[in-house]
Amino acid sequence: MNPLKWALVEPFYKLIIGEDRKGQLNLLTKMLGLPLVGLLLFLLIWQGASTHINTSLGQFPGPVQTYEQFISLNQEADEAALKEAAFYQRQEDRNAARMEQDPNYEPRVREYVGPPTFFDQIYRSLVTVMSGFILASIIAVPIGIVIGLSANAYAAVNPLIQIFKPVSPLAWLPLVTMVVSAVYVTDDPMFDKAFLNSMFTVLLCCLWPTIINTAAGVATVTQDLKNVSQVLNLSWWTHVRKIVLPCSIPMMFTGLRISLGIAWMVLIAAEMLAQNPGLGKFVWDEFQNGSSNSLGRIMVAVLVIGVVGFVLDRGMLLLQRAVSWDKSVALR
Amino acid sequence: MSETHLELTKVGIEFPTPKGPFRALQDVNLKIEEGEFISLIGHSGCGKSTVLNIVAGLYGATEGGVLLDSREVDAPGPERAVVFQNHSLLPWLTAYENVELAVDQVFKKTKSPAEKKQWIEHNLKLVHMDHAMHKRPDEISGGMKQRVGIARALAMQPKIMLMDEPFGALDALTRAHLQDSLMEIQKDLNNTVIMITHDVDEAVLLSDRIVMMTNGPAATIGEILKVDLPHPRDRLALADDPTYNHYRSEVLRFLYEKQRKVEH
Repeated sequence: MNPLKWALVEPFYKLIIGEDRKGQLNLLTKMLGLPLVGLLLFLLIWQGASTHINTSLGQFPGPVQTYEQFISLNQEADEAALKEAAFYQRQEDRNAARMEQDPNYEPRVREYVGPPTFFDQIYRSLVTVMSGFILASIIAVPIGIVIGLSANAYAAVNPLIQIFKPVSPLAWLPLVTMVVSAVYVTDDPMFDKAFLNSMFTVLLCCLWPTIINTAAGVATVTQDLKNVSQVLNLSWWTHVRKIVLPCSIPMMFTGLRISLGIAWMVLIAAEMLAQNPGLGKFVWDEFQNGSSNSLGRIMVAVLVIGVVGFVLDRGMLLLQRAVSWDKSVALR
Repeated sequence: MSETHLELTKVGIEFPTPKGPFRALQDVNLKIEEGEFISLIGHSGCGKSTVLNIVAGLYGATEGGVLLDSREVDAPGPERAVVFQNHSLLPWLTAYENVELAVDQVFKKTKSPAEKKQWIEHNLKLVHMDHAMHKRPDEISGGMKQRVGIARALAMQPKIMLMDEPFGALDALTRAHLQDSLMEIQKDLNNTVIMITHDVDEAVLLSDRIVMMTNGPAATIGEILKVDLPHPRDRLALADDPTYNHYRSEVLRFLYEKQRKVEH
């Protein structure tokens, strides 16, 4: 049973069967009422403020205009889907007709290339951020474990981490761009260069929190458990697998969550600069576009970025809860 | 007299501190026979645990050495199983899995999976933990955790079992239960045991010999008391036994007259 879901359903259920009505109402007010009040207040302030801000692109978008733009982005995506389906239909018909005339004809299939819709951009952003994050984690976790286990390795690596950790990943972007274009030379590129640029920038900023927190997690292995491992003559690998890893998982996941949060923030900026398809590029293009709808569309993007970031963090939290052995610790 | 099983010869150890080396032990000599139950008793800070850790191989002696069956001890190993004071179970594994970790390691090549399973369950049964073997340490009481710790040590089939104040953190009743369990196990298996304790009754009840240590620094063995009471022993019957009470007062006299702890 998922405790998260249960916590949401329980008060309603109890309300229906008439158990402790007053308590359930209080609980619901806290759980749903107060957040709703906060949201409502925010919308009111937003609406009120936006009517007083006039820009060269028209009035600052309020909740209503933002919602309208969200609908229009949805429509555009639907239309694009129809166009794509129609394109493939035409292509199929054409190929079928040619085959009828000439049985030896080899049908050619061309891929549809239309402008990416808003939802394509969200998907691209997610692919980029997850690629960078997963690659970074694969590098950072082993490094964290090694420097957590050896005080000497820690002393050697720590100054580097401390110096590189505060660097804004965007400072890396020009260097990453130059290195990628110099090193990644192939006639048939599997990945877009702009994608690699943003991905590596994300990767660079994901490394540090994971390394530091994994190392700190490894340091929580007590001398008692190390003694057990020694008395049992566990090999280095078994020691890491059976004792160090489970012990450091809670801290490791704290690092991973911080990393993913930073990665998502950095990605938007990296996409703007690297012109990699994604939400960042969408925002930038709308800004350059400068139509009367642009600000509303950017506002939609801002909200979507927030929601996606929230969902990513929740996902990591659920994963962390699933792999943590210590269920008594409340993870939030 | 049978052959010496474990032998400590002129064992001494120094720990480096910022103020210069600290000498914890000096000239510790002890011979233990197979199947003997030895208690180490002394005031806290006298280096009882240090002796045990040297026998376990967790510390290296600065001078002197330890021989187990005429072979030098220079590293930890499962043939010298340790029962730790605070159980030291892996909190993310069940009782069964904790014992399994040890069994997998010691009987890697010599037991089949079915034999291993049987052996793990057998050892958990010995300590009366078969009813809760799939519970994790945070789901069982302190006494039960220590039972699992003992099962883990027994499952390694050690040549010598080292117990570091195994019942020190438990309440008096639980401690008595565990002492009874330990005596019951000893009756069947007749393991060689070195146990650290600060409980005089526990020492007299369980031991064949009580090794009393002087206060540190540079602690060493003060006296050795042979407890000549027949096994199995019954705590109730012994309570009024004059021999038992004689041994008890011998230990008390050593601890509180000859080695009175001076509080700094």
